[in-house]
Amino acid sequence: MNIVHSAPLVQPIAGLADTLRSALGGQVVEIVEAYDEISVTVARESVADVLTVLRDRFDYQQLMEIAGVDYPDRAERFEVCYHLLSVTRNHRVRVKVTTDEGNAVPTITHLWPVAGWLEREVFDMYGVLFAGNTDLRRILTDYGFRGHPQRKDFPLTGYVELRYSEEAKRVVYEPVKLAQDFRTFDFMSPWEGAQYILPGDEKAQAAPPAAPPPPPPPVAAAKVEEVKAAPAATPTAKKAAKPKAAPKRKAAAAAKPAITAEAPKPKAPRARKPAKDSGGDA
Amino acid sequence: MSDYIEKLDHVTDAEDPTLGDTEIQNYTINFGPQHPAAHGVLRLVMELDGEIVERCDPHVGLLHRGTEKLIEYKTYLQALPYFDRLDYCSPLAQEHSYVLAIEKLLNLEVPIRAQYLRVFFAELTRICNHMLNLGSHVMDVGAMTPNLWMFEIREDCLNFFERASGARMHAAWYRPGGVHQDVPLKLLTDIADWLDTRLPRLFEDAISLVADNRIFKQRNVDIAVVSKEDALKWGFSGPMIRGSGIPWDLRKSQPYDVYDRMEFDVPVGTRFDCYDRFMVRVEEVRQSARIMKQCLSEMPEGPIASFDRKVVPPKRGEMKQSMEALIHHFKLYTEGFHVPAGEVYVATESPKGEFGVYLVSDGSNKPYRCKIRPTAFSHLQAMDFMLKGHMLADTTAVLGAMDIVFGECDR
Repeated sequence: MNIVHSAPLVQPIAGLADTLRSALGGQVVEIVEAYDEISVTVARESVADVLTVLRDRFDYQQLMEIAGVDYPDRAERFEVCYHLLSVTRNHRVRVKVTTDEGNAVPTITHLWPVAGWLEREVFDMYGVLFAGNTDLRRILTDYGFRGHPQRKDFPLTGYVELRYSEEAKRVVYEPVKLAQDFRTFDFMSPWEGAQYILPGDEKAQAAPPAAPPPPPPPVAAAKVEEVKAAPAATPTAKKAAKPKAAPKRKAAAAAKPAITAEAPKPKAPRARKPAKDSGGDA
Repeated sequence: MSDYIEKLDHVTDAEDPTLGDTEIQNYTINFGPQHPAAHGVLRLVMELDGEIVERCDPHVGLLHRGTEKLIEYKTYLQALPYFDRLDYCSPLAQEHSYVLAIEKLLNLEVPIRAQYLRVFFAELTRICNHMLNLGSHVMDVGAMTPNLWMFEIREDCLNFFERASGARMHAAWYRPGGVHQDVPLKLLTDIADWLDTRLPRLFEDAISLVADNRIFKQRNVDIAVVSKEDALKWGFSGPMIRGSGIPWDLRKSQPYDVYDRMEFDVPVGTRFDCYDRFMVRVEEVRQSARIMKQCLSEMPEGPIASFDRKVVPPKRGEMKQSMEALIHHFKLYTEGFHVPAGEVYVATESPKGEFGVYLVSDGSNKPYRCKIRPTAFSHLQAMDFMLKGHMLADTTAVLGAMDIVFGECDR
């Protein structure tokens, strides 16, 4: 791909991936080169060794950043990314390890003292533990804070809010009370595989288990037939397809009355409103 | 008093702790969180032996607003103004890292005039930032007048920002693909005049009051010496690493926008102390003015934002004529643009040091993760070893030479 952007130019070092792979051996899980940046995923236990090698043999003298990332779907949900910088070779490299709540990442404070606070921040934000860090306190959040706010399952609003209480003459903590529901908009178009459900659609999904009595006998019968007459697949398949379609239609029918039942609801206040207004005028 | 001193004469504490001072215990004090010299909400828990600092534990996070979390819930464009509010003394410099990160993921070409404008205003931001820092540094160690003069310059800078973007501080003027609006020609000529007349006059006057001032030197020379090795180990960047004698400047070594066309010098310190850091910044102001003059003489006419309508919204006039432009405008301000999946770490030379953005995209219209690498975090962490053995009064000098803003440190 032709590079046209004007972001900071870090000259890629040719063959660095292979050099790193041979130097680090079995500790490397994966090396990805993308966007002219190189990221090396390594085994969690060997991160200190890998970083020592990178610092001492590959001249990455500075540790600029340790970033946590949360991928809740993965088996080891947290990624810890170490961003190294070489001021002599003018190059950057990213080293990644994965972990979860239970497994601690070895500390690297003995390699770079700056790692102390950076590890504290990852611990504070994600709850990733760093084995060997003697000062693993919270750093950015409040004294006595609970939870790890950067996790994807931590709500944006948090759980507590604080205010100054005139009665208690001090700041008090209370559960968050939102004046309005948290609004988040999903702009994925339906053609791009939207994850959201439009209002009302959830009933169509919920309907099949709600209306079980009629469909089971034909489905069961079809299954028995299928087992019985395996070679004659075409007619049974047709038969099987028919009862399957039936509950869908039924579900739609079930959903419809629900909508109509709900429909008058918004009407009622609207009908009342003019009366109220006129009353106010009078 | 004299007879008391006579009585104490030839008696040392260690030999005989009963006469004079009794047994001394270290004591712990809180410096801040509300301290005028703490440059914001910093709480330092200091262990003192008399007036000597034995240990210093900075407590940060009092200004934590969860910016990174908020960004994950905003589209790429909506997240941009948060960067102004990180380091509110150099707003455009933070935006610079962020827009470059987005452009790197999109591989988006920025028109050459926009690149010049960005560099131009990034350097104006640097001057603006250094005015605040140098001024407050000299004020923290006892000089009043230079600060007032430098605030004059800062005020000019803020007025220029206002004329370019409409906002004095929180400009939100850099956009993915270019800048938001072109600047009027009169603004550029006014800045050119200002660079030639007002800035050097006020700035050199102010610096001449402190640079060779005996008191200022007593307070700064040989205070908090940081060796090259320590500077590397503690993740220093910007004026802090240059003050430690390492000629490292991202504008030179990893040029972005049109910095590769600019001629400027990188000042470095020789004694690695607070005075060096101060003088590095002083020289950077002069170099910034030099870069700005080059920008003014070389800046071509042309578009100020990319014509990629899937990223950059059309101008209002175009929308009145074109249905397609209207659709683009609507889509970009509701859904926003989608950024290809991937991850980049983009760092620029902000006035305070390396300001990095680690942007992870999952291909949607919102950043999956946006880790901000603040400069102050690693500098402030080094406070403990830099202060060890110094007097309590040196704290303000060390802090002033670090140039810390808590909006950025705490995020």
